[in-house]
Amino acid sequence: MCSGYPTPVYAHAGRGDFRDVYEPAQDSFLLIDALETDAERLRGMSCSDVNPAAAQCTAKTASCNNVSLQPVLTDLVECFLPRLCGKVDVLLFNPPYVVTPSEEVSSRGIEAAWAGGERGREVTDRFLPSVAQLLSHKGLFYLITITENDPEEIIRLLSHQGLEGESCLSTRAGNERLSVLRFHRKQQT
Amino acid sequence: MKLLTHNMLTSHVKGVIKGYPLLIKATEVKVNEVEFNPQFVCRMIPKLEWCALVQAADQLGHRQDLPGELVPDYEKNEDFLKKVHRVLMEVEVLEGCLQCPESGREFPISKGIPNMLLNEDEV
Repeated sequence: MCSGYPTPVYAHAGRGDFRDVYEPAQDSFLLIDALETDAERLRGMSCSDVNPAAAQCTAKTASCNNVSLQPVLTDLVECFLPRLCGKVDVLLFNPPYVVTPSEEVSSRGIEAAWAGGERGREVTDRFLPSVAQLLSHKGLFYLITITENDPEEIIRLLSHQGLEGESCLSTRAGNERLSVLRFHRKQQT
Repeated sequence: MKLLTHNMLTSHVKGVIKGYPLLIKATEVKVNEVEFNPQFVCRMIPKLEWCALVQAADQLGHRQDLPGELVPDYEKNEDFLKKVHRVLMEVEVLEGCLQCPESGREFPISKGIPNMLLNEDEV
């Protein structure tokens, strides 16, 4: 796939100070590809994590690639509510989507990067109710899913909250079928 | 932590009704040079709690001549936009903490990253 943007520098992830940080993989790059069309809107972003090493690694990655990004340690978007309600133009979530036993879900270490519990949906499902609250009238929400997460059901769930969604990009990575879902507010007619 | 981010953060310690704005106690502050983008500043202004921004800049001793109220027709006022840009994007708290105005709970800032994670008993 031809790209207008060079692949970011990220060699520091997964080693030394950042050995407890899950390295970018197919899912990360798929999300980047999906975002390129909206690149101009992506300035002055914040990001959140529960893993302090991951947040520091993100800060370093941003700096290596000359972009402005503010990491905050918080559970999902907790500390950004209610201030960001109705104000988010672009919302991204690459969740821990791997199907795992539920007990593996509450980690704040490297497992938090992938452990999604039942159907790989436990963390995603905690986050979904916030999406409709956060998005501005023209806001977009991007979510990475695998087939096991039942993306069609996620689309139906968010539809009940007035958000229209579809798969905008997908690929195979090993034995995972990854899709980027993109949502926006249903237009009032 | 830039002041744009600080403007968006709220404390959710159990029982707290209004955990905003957080008081800033900084031990290390840096001022960076960041490319001025007037469209970006204009887009951010409507999302800001202006008083909280002025208060935060004050607490850091970096308010300079930022006005206490939003000026009308700011979109065309480059002078004003540059002042807002400096306070939002160039002043950075590297070390210190954010204090919940109601509970007094302190959230540490380390290497520019605020840690708003609550312990199990605070949730």
